[in-house]
Amino acid sequence: MISEKEVARVAHLARLSLSEEESKTLAAQLSTVLNHFEQVAKIDTTGVEPLVTPTDMEFIWREDKVETWPGAAEAAVENAPEAVGHLFKVPPVVG
Amino acid sequence: MELLTSSLKAIVNAVQSKKVSATEVTKAFLAQSEKWNGKINAYITLNEKAMAAAEEVDQKIARGENPGPLAGVPLAIKDMLCTKGLRTTAGSRILENFIPPYSATVVERLEAAGSITLGKANQDEFAMGSSNETSYFGTTRNPWNLEYVPGGSSGGSAAAVAAGMASAAIGTDTGGSIRQPASFCGLVGVKPTYGRVSRYGIVAFASSLDQAGPITRTVEDAALVLETIAGRDPLDSTSANVPVPRWSSNINKNLKGKKAGLPKEYFSDALSPEMRKVVERAIEVVRGAGVEIVEVSLPLTDMAVPIYYLVATSEASSNLARYDGVRYGYRADFTKRPAEDLAEFYSRTRGEGFGTEVKRRVILGTYALSSGYYDAYYKKACQVRRLLRQQFIDVFKQCDFLIGPVTTEPAFKLGARINDPLKMYLNDIYTTSANLVGIPGISVPGGLSAEGLPLGVQILTAHFNEQMMFDVAAVIEEAMAIKERPHVLQ
Repeated sequence: MISEKEVARVAHLARLSLSEEESKTLAAQLSTVLNHFEQVAKIDTTGVEPLVTPTDMEFIWREDKVETWPGAAEAAVENAPEAVGHLFKVPPVVG
Repeated sequence: MELLTSSLKAIVNAVQSKKVSATEVTKAFLAQSEKWNGKINAYITLNEKAMAAAEEVDQKIARGENPGPLAGVPLAIKDMLCTKGLRTTAGSRILENFIPPYSATVVERLEAAGSITLGKANQDEFAMGSSNETSYFGTTRNPWNLEYVPGGSSGGSAAAVAAGMASAAIGTDTGGSIRQPASFCGLVGVKPTYGRVSRYGIVAFASSLDQAGPITRTVEDAALVLETIAGRDPLDSTSANVPVPRWSSNINKNLKGKKAGLPKEYFSDALSPEMRKVVERAIEVVRGAGVEIVEVSLPLTDMAVPIYYLVATSEASSNLARYDGVRYGYRADFTKRPAEDLAEFYSRTRGEGFGTEVKRRVILGTYALSSGYYDAYYKKACQVRRLLRQQFIDVFKQCDFLIGPVTTEPAFKLGARINDPLKMYLNDIYTTSANLVGIPGISVPGGLSAEGLPLGVQILTAHFNEQMMFDVAAVIEEAMAIKERPHVLQ
């Protein structure tokens, strides 16, 4: 069972504000979902390496080389909620 | 020429041989889109530059230049794929006004091949859903019956093609999100091998599971689109450095000597009688083509949905951390009530920007990754994931392909499952395994239910063996293609 308090703790970790109603519904639904997932715990996985990507291929890294992108700064701030020149504007974060 | 119901290949041939212009083709699909989008809601945004792109193709042809293998074909692009200068929302309020400064590699390759981006297709928010009901931009309806869901998360992509609002579409498939809506809308849908298609410029949901692929009217069209978008991309370190065969010109319907595996776990009581019947017919069709049928077993099948939801939500909780209201996307209004600290700035922005299903999954994923639960949930799921992959590798030593259902039932009514997440999740039982283990899968139409809703058959093959998948699907298509049309095309 996940309590509403537990949901609130995780919501804070995820930086997600939830209404009281949402916390209540989520606590109930996540308990049902996790109960169903309990069957996974019964599988013997002694010595099994976790699989985090599904194919055996090796990741191919790009050469660490700076590439120029004309107009990148303008393009980057175009979608900003608030910007000043080429800078993102945010509320004061250090008191 | 009846453009709206033609195969993509037929349209390309007609455009290339000047029987019809790209402009005429685009005009026809745009007119159908404008006529039906109010009801079906397949598109979030139509591309105002579509006609200009079509004119460019026509000019190329007039100059005697090669217009490309997808010349003049209007496509619906799922709103998960970035399109330069064209709004890309991922079906979410948090990206409601996002205009990408670049295009996804998939989009670049499609446009370089001469196709026309007609619009951005509706979808479940961040591809989280199986019914297109979690979109911030409203539910998409199934063109076969407007009271039913089109499936999801690529529901807008599938609905657009089924309704003649696009010649073909691109979707993304993280746990069945191409194959399931294709099946619900009577179309062909392909989830390629993990690594076949570049993920660059595609909104990330679960990076170890996501793949983009085609939704089309025919198997040949699916092969043609996939060979256009597949192949190594330096901008995605997980894109495979493996040659891309010309699948579309190599489709071989002679299946003599091949072995089909029937996973016995896929034929449990969960499977509805109508679905069972259509899969059994498909089995008879391939048997008739000289294929030997063997029963195989994938004992971990019941674990696929639980491990999928643990892995997918964990990756999502990490991927979606970027939506913080600072650099792009929605920011909560702090003018009346300023944030007390940075945490509140993020929390209120994300709390208002994300919908219910996204919140549910971010919470589940954060929980599975949080200190004290990581080993029991995320790590355990990844270990079982390896065991599941081994079972598939072993099974493909006994047979050349697997044949089974895509879903337990045909499309369900709007609203039927949206308040029961577990029931919605269990819907994905036959599709999530392919993503977890990285193999390709295709959904191919097999007929209509008594209620007139499409039923699909799924073919799964070993890693990078898409050719086998297309060959078998072509045989099933020849025998079982749906002759009826949804009423919006009558």
